[in-house]
Amino acid sequence: MFRQWFAELGQAAEAGAPAAYVFVMGSLAEILRAFDIHMVFPEITSLQMAVRGVAHDYLKEAEDYGYSPDICGYVKADVALQLRGGEHPMGRVPRPSLAVLTNACNTYIKWAEIWERMYHIPVFTLDVPGTRTAGGQTWPGNPDFETDRRYVEHQLRELIVLCETITSRKLDIDRLREVMHHTNEMSRCWREVIRLNNNVPAPFNALTDGTVYLGVINALRGTPEGAAYFRDLLEEVRYKVDHGLGPVAEERFRLVYLGIPCYPIFRRFNDLFTGSGGNFVNSTYLWFAAGGANCGFEYDLSRPLESLAEGLLVAVRDAMDSMFFPVESLVAMADPYHVDGLVFHASKSCRTTATGMADARRAFMAARDLPTLFIESDMMDRRVVSEAQLKNRVDAFFENLVTRRRQDLTER
Amino acid sequence: MNLILDEWERLNLTDTLTACREVVDDADFPTVRRWREFGGKTVGHFQVYFPEEIVHAAGLLPVKVRGAMIEPQHADSRFGSYLCSIMKSSLELALDNRLPLDMFVSHPICDAARNLAAVWGRNVSYPCQILYLPQNANSAFAADYLRHEYDRMRRSIEDLAGRAVTDDDLRRSVEVFNENRRLIRALYAVKRDRPWLVGLDEVYVLVALGGLVPREEHNALLHRILPLIEARSAHPQDRVRVVFEGGFCEQPPIDLLRVIGQSCYVVDDDLMIGLRWITADVLCEGDPLAALASAYLEHSSYSPVQHDLRKPKERMLEERMRASGATAAILTAAKMCEPGLEEQVSYAHDLDERNVPYFVSEFEQNMTSFDHLEIQLETFVERLLFAT
Repeated sequence: MFRQWFAELGQAAEAGAPAAYVFVMGSLAEILRAFDIHMVFPEITSLQMAVRGVAHDYLKEAEDYGYSPDICGYVKADVALQLRGGEHPMGRVPRPSLAVLTNACNTYIKWAEIWERMYHIPVFTLDVPGTRTAGGQTWPGNPDFETDRRYVEHQLRELIVLCETITSRKLDIDRLREVMHHTNEMSRCWREVIRLNNNVPAPFNALTDGTVYLGVINALRGTPEGAAYFRDLLEEVRYKVDHGLGPVAEERFRLVYLGIPCYPIFRRFNDLFTGSGGNFVNSTYLWFAAGGANCGFEYDLSRPLESLAEGLLVAVRDAMDSMFFPVESLVAMADPYHVDGLVFHASKSCRTTATGMADARRAFMAARDLPTLFIESDMMDRRVVSEAQLKNRVDAFFENLVTRRRQDLTER
Repeated sequence: MNLILDEWERLNLTDTLTACREVVDDADFPTVRRWREFGGKTVGHFQVYFPEEIVHAAGLLPVKVRGAMIEPQHADSRFGSYLCSIMKSSLELALDNRLPLDMFVSHPICDAARNLAAVWGRNVSYPCQILYLPQNANSAFAADYLRHEYDRMRRSIEDLAGRAVTDDDLRRSVEVFNENRRLIRALYAVKRDRPWLVGLDEVYVLVALGGLVPREEHNALLHRILPLIEARSAHPQDRVRVVFEGGFCEQPPIDLLRVIGQSCYVVDDDLMIGLRWITADVLCEGDPLAALASAYLEHSSYSPVQHDLRKPKERMLEERMRASGATAAILTAAKMCEPGLEEQVSYAHDLDERNVPYFVSEFEQNMTSFDHLEIQLETFVERLLFAT
């Protein structure tokens, strides 16, 4: 499916069809698909470079262009991709006709400014106000929530006008409803898939399998193929639960993962944990990188624009909360998911996810007596990934888990 | 009530500037402590812009949080390795209570800072919150949204102050801040038109002081000191006129500014731009929150952390250089500052295209050695002088 999606992007590039550069935290796929605008996810095309072991070439090219080693690796890889005319290890990425982003990550904004300069394209920032204070989320009916919702809805209407200008087409509201219907099904299934991973053994690995699912929920959001995929996935996950099937032979330790995967050594990074019987049963990545689809928010198709605004506000806010205010959610999932430990992975070039991580870890440990591991590497740059050091830290973490397991058994 | 400096009215210009610098440099925030000793409450607001009028209208002291030249002892364990200094040193000020606050507000200016209110809130007992300034400045609804966001902030401030903040209170505060902005603009005009009269570091100290004292006192100080500066007997020298970019959030050490000022005339800059964000008087009639919101969007400066399609950064820098008569630019960025480092690239490419000379560097709030930078900058300046 992913190859097919990428092939379509290549065809769009050849045909000069309109393509929007979008991001995983609030892609606005519902509106863009309603206009048949192709979507390119630069975060995904960048991480694929790391997984395929070619990111360093792109990073070096962007640094030669002037970008610092200390900024987001996704951005730098993409800059080099653009300088190479869209040449990507999986095919050719089309040039953007517009860029659509949210404020869920500030780098999105700076990134889009780069395309604005390169291509002189329209840039649309959907500003989604987030949670103002820990535990201070507001909900429909609250005047502050309604102000935020109106702000988002007004911006959506402005985006629609922009898309109508670009495509020379009026919005087909029924087409929008159809796309939203497919998204509803994907979100409903995604929420249930994540919930089912509280079973022992967990039916999937949130780090490896979960990343694949994330690719689909983003790239095929709002499509019948995406909805069918998630229907099948839910059925498969239920089957695995019913038959006690999981991704590791013996699930000895159930872990929660925070942050972005270490893509330069994606499989080997995971093996560091699964090799000792660890399995990731949940991950904040499954929340924020799905744009908050884990909330399972379902649009009210009888009032599509209002509901889309409300859904975006709730979901993107939740995605941001999972990075900035994660502690309550982590504490709440510890028992239902039978969690043995948490792994906090701070990625050098993603300060959105990494900055508050050490403090969130401290707060979690104050609230729950569970082992945690804090490690640092990068999602793109292999120069910042020290495998030997990571292995030492992970091994020590598992020794701690084993010791605690023995103590628990002794005390019983 | 004199809070800034004891008997500063009787000091001469040099001693006043020295005393101001001591306050700005003091990581124990004596003016803030004195305010609290008098029973006042304080609201800390992180860089870049904050509508201080709302806090002032409640009778509280708005305090600009910009870190300090201190070595983080506690804050390091709250953050990862790859982070700018201002984040760490600002939190350190809270953790060791050097900066006593009753409330803290931050803004999602960058990926690091948007974490700050959450981290801060997990480590202190007073309320912490995020003010969501609009990131889509080009939406027709942005001003209306921001007016509501300011009203939400007003309610939070009222809770803290234990009193209502009326529109009349706000209008009075707007007048005080309008006067403050006029005075700062006048100070910058001296720096632009007669840069030999006032140094980059001196202007910086005088502006930064505003984030630490009641604005009425800041106004009084500026009223007194501006004529003294203009009466200086210094003469113009053959120096390059430059614009300094990169001081919108983390602040360079004052000594670094002094070193830069020795090599060239810095005729405009973005240092403490949040205190100078609004570039014209805010309307004192009608709805004051709407007027503040409109001013933020419509009559404001620029920075790498505000996206506004009407303000392409390169063009804004070009305009800043044109308006100040600068012939070169110093493009700096704080270490690990993503927005600053990203903007540096676009500025450099644009200046290259226009064949405008520039000097690129990085700085850190805690740096103490400037010899290397000084030599590089002098070489750059000499090259320009020799070429002309």
